[in-house]
Amino acid sequence: MELVNQHVKGIMEECKIRARDAGLRFDDETLEYIVTNRDLVELSPKVMIPTLYDYWVHDVRVLSGKGMYEAYPSNPFETVINTRPAISYYNDNNPDWLNVMIFYHVLGHIDFFQNNLFYKNTWDIDLAGQALSDKRMIARLRSEKGRWLDYVIEFARGLDNLVGFHKDLNRTISDGGRKKLSRTDFYFDVFLQKIRSVPQHQYVKEISRYNQCQKDNRDFFEKVTGKYPEFEELYRKEIEAKTPPRMDIMEYIIRYSPFLRREENEWMKSVIHIVRSTSLYFQPQMRTKTMNEGWASYWHEKLFMADDRISGHEADYAKVNASVTAMPRVGLNPYALGMRLFEHIQEMENKGKYSFDYYLLNDAVQKKTYNQHKNTGQSFIFTVRENMNDFTFINTFLDQEFVDRHNLFVAGKRINSQNMTWQYYIKSKKVHDYKQMVINTLYHPPDIRIDGEKTKEGILYLDHRFENKPLKQDFIENTMIGIEFLWGGPVHLETSEPRNIANIDPRYTNFWDPSAPGASPEAAIAPIEWKRVRYVIKDRKLHKQEL
Amino acid sequence: MITLDELLEKDKKREQDGFKRKIRIGRIVKPGSKGKEKIIVVPTTVEEKFVHDDIIEEQEQGEAEPTGGTGDGQEGDVIGEQPIRPEDGEGDGEGEGDGEGPGEGKGGEHEIEANAYELGKVLSQDFELPNLKDKGKKKVLARYVYDLTDKNKGIGQVLDKKATLKKIVETNIALGNIPDVSAIDTTRFIVSPRDLIYRILSREKEYESQALVFFLRDYSGSMGGKVTQTVVSQHVMLYSWLVYQYEKQVETRFVLHDTEAREVSDFQKYYSYKVAGGTKVFTAFKLVNDIVEKESLARDYNIYVFHGTDGDDWDKDGKQTLAEIEKMLTYAARIGITIVEHSYVGSKQTEVEKYIQSSGILTKHNHLIKLDVMAENVDDTRIIQGIKTLIS
Repeated sequence: MELVNQHVKGIMEECKIRARDAGLRFDDETLEYIVTNRDLVELSPKVMIPTLYDYWVHDVRVLSGKGMYEAYPSNPFETVINTRPAISYYNDNNPDWLNVMIFYHVLGHIDFFQNNLFYKNTWDIDLAGQALSDKRMIARLRSEKGRWLDYVIEFARGLDNLVGFHKDLNRTISDGGRKKLSRTDFYFDVFLQKIRSVPQHQYVKEISRYNQCQKDNRDFFEKVTGKYPEFEELYRKEIEAKTPPRMDIMEYIIRYSPFLRREENEWMKSVIHIVRSTSLYFQPQMRTKTMNEGWASYWHEKLFMADDRISGHEADYAKVNASVTAMPRVGLNPYALGMRLFEHIQEMENKGKYSFDYYLLNDAVQKKTYNQHKNTGQSFIFTVRENMNDFTFINTFLDQEFVDRHNLFVAGKRINSQNMTWQYYIKSKKVHDYKQMVINTLYHPPDIRIDGEKTKEGILYLDHRFENKPLKQDFIENTMIGIEFLWGGPVHLETSEPRNIANIDPRYTNFWDPSAPGASPEAAIAPIEWKRVRYVIKDRKLHKQEL
Repeated sequence: MITLDELLEKDKKREQDGFKRKIRIGRIVKPGSKGKEKIIVVPTTVEEKFVHDDIIEEQEQGEAEPTGGTGDGQEGDVIGEQPIRPEDGEGDGEGEGDGEGPGEGKGGEHEIEANAYELGKVLSQDFELPNLKDKGKKKVLARYVYDLTDKNKGIGQVLDKKATLKKIVETNIALGNIPDVSAIDTTRFIVSPRDLIYRILSREKEYESQALVFFLRDYSGSMGGKVTQTVVSQHVMLYSWLVYQYEKQVETRFVLHDTEAREVSDFQKYYSYKVAGGTKVFTAFKLVNDIVEKESLARDYNIYVFHGTDGDDWDKDGKQTLAEIEKMLTYAARIGITIVEHSYVGSKQTEVEKYIQSSGILTKHNHLIKLDVMAENVDDTRIIQGIKTLIS
């Protein structure tokens, strides 16, 4: 692993100037390294952070990565990590013109890392340094505690997808998060209903009196304090009663686990803390993959096409670019999708189509030719890259116009039992279905929280807020064994499972075309019924109870 | 860098601490030109967490998860087909396709043996052939053990004091240092370094009775996709283990069947052949019975039969199959039947499972015949578990 030479660095610096002129914003310093394939295989299990702590799972990944490389050699053009300064890795053998393109792509990523608000909590951390000190601490603990250190890492990592990323982000961005309960809200929602329990007609009367006061600009609370002298005092108390900040499971365990509180186990807290903060650091990247790659691809295309250094290499570029950003006939390339969506958003905004007037149009021709010549698209996509993540990006901007324009469809795959083939077919061209299909591919860990009321008498009670997706059953046992270890007592997990998984309806023949393979009418598929179940782990034995 | 062996060694220690093992052995198929493929053995592990399972709702039978697509066409249009199994006939496969288990087509003979050995080494700690009986010494089955039996001059692990002393006396007699055997003066002894006799660790053959293993596989049309992959995976592991553990001293025979059975000459052909046809399970068992009778193998060999199928059989009540199995039970040391169910089977029993269960042979001959039923998308752990069941 070595820094690129001065010539290549010169190319990078030149790219930075042009990227800045186009509006991208990033720190001055960056580090570019040349790495061998072997380095890459060894770095990728450590999410490309050379200083990440050692752990045997990484070693397993390195060994299988080596086998994989032997069977299917392939090298990425670049890999960028979100450090300060930003570090990027390259393969040795790129010609200059290709480096120009790749550097633009990399600068797109760096701009995204350093401006997208979901990364805000990573901006003030020196990741490479932090990771190094964590690595040293882990190494020291391993020499003292042996393989028990690895168990603690394993069990902590079993929970590291449930970290409260949004909660932490909320705290930073909106300064404390939770809005203060207003006097009006307290009066109507809490005081009248819960404290005084007034009858409905009286409640309605108060509301109309409130509206009247608003209209006449009179003080509504004058009469209130007259009627209920205790009101002000109660309101003040309510505000003061601190609603405890919600903790994610890892924080909760660090803070309240009776097992970790013992002096000989104190060290485990630091390990859990390291695993938790490492996971938090990578959360924004997992939640902005499509946008991040789309943004970088958008900019390498835009900047390189306008760069004089492309001359003579237009055809080469077209070939390389197509291999990265082509939309496959069947399959999903989120990077290509992200890039096209940015282009689409820019065009829609340029024409002023994100407006109520446009929304009201029903005529297809009018819709197509609608153009307000706003030309604000460029600055609009900068706002999008600052404020959105993959979900909001796709959910907000993926529209029927986009699907039609790029001829997108949901591709189904079914068995044709006559020819013994997999048959690919166009399942839907509707934006709703397409959007759902894309959203289903996004990173979305389950929402599992501590149930504060049921967590008592030494039992840790986890509540899975069910979103019509069951948990992967095979993983439940070992994950819970890990939590039980860290908690030092029984752990309960409440979740949902299908009630009727066994009796899948038999196939019905298609009435109109009995020979049609696999033609079962929609109605034949019974909707899945869900039931609540509780998993209980005690002394490393797992039980399941129906609720 | 840590090696595979070290990782496995560490993984073993988990059991002492009361946790399950986490490392599994995976295989990567390296596609090669002219069907020369290579299997690369790598460790794999899964970090278990609470994660969402694939959505099972609203999916019709035989329909896979939808994905995206681009291009012309209307809703409902079929845009392409892909064979479920790559088509290759008599073993001269092109070696392309969706990679069923350990590889398609004709690999280099040496390559698979070498890799099987490595895989078997990893599996060996777990298994042992059941019901081995002494059956003469026509061809010996030996497993190797290590013992301090060999003697060596000069260097070694443990000094054999008695042998050394003898040697010293011998030397000194030759040197004329012992004029009178009734009054030996040991202080005059000259001790040569070559007189020191050590015992060294050596590999010893431990003789056992000979074994013959029949691998039977359904290669009919219904066996497409993952089912074949799973059966073949399991048989590859069994075969690998036998190759390693018994140093190729176990004889193996391979039988494929659809509506009729045929014997193929080596494992290579056994795992790569495929046809599309109906299924008559009994033909395979009958062929084995015929072979055993004709070559009078039962007298000299412990015979093991492993059969893999998707449970589909034209002989619905299994009359013929059960008759052949009954006959086989008179000489076989173990019959292990693996049924790998297609996912669309659901909770129903397959035909083979149904008739075997209801015939009662499983309980009547419970030490001779084992049945293992698993789903088509199981992982290696489950497959290995299956092997344990079959040879338990």
